[in-house]
Amino acid sequence: MKQLPKFIMSAAMVTAMATSFSAVQAATPPDTLVQAWQIDDITSLDPAEIFEFSNSEIAGNTYERLINYDPKDVSKIYGEVAESWTVSPDGKTFTFKIRQGKKFASGNPLTAEDVVFSFQRAVLLDKSPAFIIGQFGLTKDNVKDKIKQTGPFEVTMELDKPYAPTFVLYCMTSTVASVVDKKLALQNEKDGDFGYNWLKTHYAGSGPFAIRDWKANEVVVLERNPNSEKKTGLARVIYRHIKETATQRLLLEKGDVDIARNLNPEELAAVAKNPEIKVENGPKGTVYYLGLNQKNPNLSKPEVREALKWLVDYSAIADTIMKNKGEVHQAFLPKGFLGAINDNPYKLDVAKAKELLAKAGLKDGFSVTMDTRSTPEITGIAQAIQTTFAQAGVKVEIIPGDSKQTLTKYRARQHDIYIGNWGADYQDPNTNADTFAANDDNSDNAKAKPLAWRNAWDPGPLTAKTRAAVLERDAGKRAEMYRELQKDVLKDGPYVTFLQQIEVIASRKNVEGVVIGPSFDMNSVVQAKKN
Amino acid sequence: MAVATLTQSGGHHALRFFLLRTTQFIAVLATTLLGLVAVTFFIGRIVPIDPVIAIVGDRAPAHVYARVRQELGLDLPMIQQFWIYLKKAISGDFGNSVLTTNPVMTDIINVFPATLELATLGTIIGALIGIPLGVLAAVKRGSLIDQFVRVLGLIGYSVPIFWLGLMALLLFYAKLGWVEGPGRLDVTYSYMYTPVTGIVLIDTLMQGQMDAFWNAVSHVMLPACLLGYFSLAYISRMTRSFMLNELAQEYVIAARVKGLSEFRVIWRHALRNASVPLITVIALSYANLLEGSVLTETIFAWPGLGQYITNSLQNADMNAVLGGTLVIGAAFVILNLVSDLLYRLLDPRTR
Repeated sequence: MKQLPKFIMSAAMVTAMATSFSAVQAATPPDTLVQAWQIDDITSLDPAEIFEFSNSEIAGNTYERLINYDPKDVSKIYGEVAESWTVSPDGKTFTFKIRQGKKFASGNPLTAEDVVFSFQRAVLLDKSPAFIIGQFGLTKDNVKDKIKQTGPFEVTMELDKPYAPTFVLYCMTSTVASVVDKKLALQNEKDGDFGYNWLKTHYAGSGPFAIRDWKANEVVVLERNPNSEKKTGLARVIYRHIKETATQRLLLEKGDVDIARNLNPEELAAVAKNPEIKVENGPKGTVYYLGLNQKNPNLSKPEVREALKWLVDYSAIADTIMKNKGEVHQAFLPKGFLGAINDNPYKLDVAKAKELLAKAGLKDGFSVTMDTRSTPEITGIAQAIQTTFAQAGVKVEIIPGDSKQTLTKYRARQHDIYIGNWGADYQDPNTNADTFAANDDNSDNAKAKPLAWRNAWDPGPLTAKTRAAVLERDAGKRAEMYRELQKDVLKDGPYVTFLQQIEVIASRKNVEGVVIGPSFDMNSVVQAKKN
Repeated sequence: MAVATLTQSGGHHALRFFLLRTTQFIAVLATTLLGLVAVTFFIGRIVPIDPVIAIVGDRAPAHVYARVRQELGLDLPMIQQFWIYLKKAISGDFGNSVLTTNPVMTDIINVFPATLELATLGTIIGALIGIPLGVLAAVKRGSLIDQFVRVLGLIGYSVPIFWLGLMALLLFYAKLGWVEGPGRLDVTYSYMYTPVTGIVLIDTLMQGQMDAFWNAVSHVMLPACLLGYFSLAYISRMTRSFMLNELAQEYVIAARVKGLSEFRVIWRHALRNASVPLITVIALSYANLLEGSVLTETIFAWPGLGQYITNSLQNADMNAVLGGTLVIGAAFVILNLVSDLLYRLLDPRTR
């Protein structure tokens, strides 16, 4: 018995120790915005390579692009690094005047030389997003002749075809068109890499914030750039990698972070009741769709494709599983894009679907597999679709898998049905038309592999129409061309597009001025402040 | 003269023994690691995940994809890929992680201290509480304490750590505010010290940043106690059974007959003998925690080895997975060696 009191004493000591570390009233510093976010998609901080959500957002706050647009009205394009621009009468030469007096965070002045360097470097490095600039006929071999400095503050760009000016300009608003500090990058150049290996983990920009630190899978720290003419509301913005959403919620409710970015619909509903927390959202340029592989003999029948479009309970998905995270949208161009169609012709109509299936000779339905990423949201959507498909006899077998695993299968077109989401690469409608409505070569070893290819779909005349739309210089006519393309794909395409993503952030009440833009590179904390 | 010869041959003997043991150890280490690399490598190459997507993203144009695939050497035959990897690994080059772009060993040096810190504290807590509890349970077999330890152990074994971790956070962090929340330090303190060892507790203490130190203590407390609880569950059960075994031995009866106090019989005689197998138990449970408790690290946003390897695995970042596996393999072998050495120290029969 002697030992028992000792044990109780030591237990009491441990408890006492624990209590003595009582946390002080948790709060983040008033000049610092702390965000909890899943940022493990960041693999590079070089604007010539940045192509994922988190690093696009960070680049948007730390670099300046040649052109930019108003996040509230995408059609309002303005020069950011460029002061103005002119297009030659043949439509093939763009001349940009560069704003004077700009400085990089390093203190180096920003001139036309930096703009030329940044664009040439993006094409020469040829990383994933390089095609956004390269698609105007710029290659490694000709880029030095086609993008030229024609004055201390003037840059000209020669294109291979007279593209629609809006197309060219929207591409200049993407992250890859960010202006990099030439002097600083070249100081850190190794083996002719234009400073790439250094810039992957460092910063050479002129944006309102500068990147002070990035620890992979842990944290990104931004600090006010004193050389920027845009004065930020806060001195510091910290993105903490918090993988677990329940943990994000706890941190937010406790006040240890100011913003939680990845809460799921139930968590959002719960925090919305907390008077200290507000929930804000904005539509993003990402659409959710089912990809129907045309190699599957059943799915390749036009009646079946159409029938499946009548077999999704669109509003139920948007109102429950994806509440606050998505709204019904059925065309391949997201709301906000030039020419986007926002009327959603399909709804759940089992009778109609059955009729179409009977026409296709599948009166009793058929069996099909669906590759599903095992995230709660995608799994929930898959189950909802499984239920409604079954009402017309279409038996869906859900194949769960890790996201990269199902994606690998999809890219090799070995799926039947794949639940995908597709984010626009840049703000011009061509970005989605090019992948949903065009397919130059449907053979297994094709060079380009757009979404149409992944679903083994030959869009026929739509490919040529897509190519023609980028050359239409009249904005009104161009919009009309995209409307037609969307209607054709809606009717016959191998996609059941059902949602447009809404990005939602939960923040502490005292946080103001955070902008949720139409794309991740337009999410801005520049005007954010804490009261 | 005779004495001198004897000592000399004894010396030779000891030396030969030492050399033999060292060679043995190196051979074991090398075979274990080689086996680990081979198995992990081939599993990694046959998982149906395309590592190129992790680098270039889903939206990259086909030619960029093809180029990166070639750069990674994925177009070569698998045996050749393995040979190339092995050759580089022997010269100390474990390749770069595709996710973080750093050399894998740099990454591991960055993440391992976080795991080491947590695992060490967890094991200390587990052993300090688990051993006395186990001893008590054995001594008072069938009593209330024994039942209590059994239930405690059962809960530790069977409750999902994920749930328990979240509940603990909810209670001690969110509701009671006794401890700080997820993460290793508050943002305010994050840049107040220079990382030297990578172990925040040691770094802040050595640099005299006491506020930061106490903040770190408050952060590590909860996950360490949680891991401690899990190793406690195991350690206390094993201690109990070892002790029951010892208490039934004749020497215990002899000691009691000699008139030694019950305290001495239990704590000095029986526990001392039970401690030999216990060391293996503790070493194993330590090694398990070093492997990185993925779920604990995820819930507590603890940037450790477990999270690193899992995340790498999900992206088919095989260099990172291989590097991480090697480090864990080495840790297992080394801990085994250490417990071997301790055996020899504690148990005269093994000398």
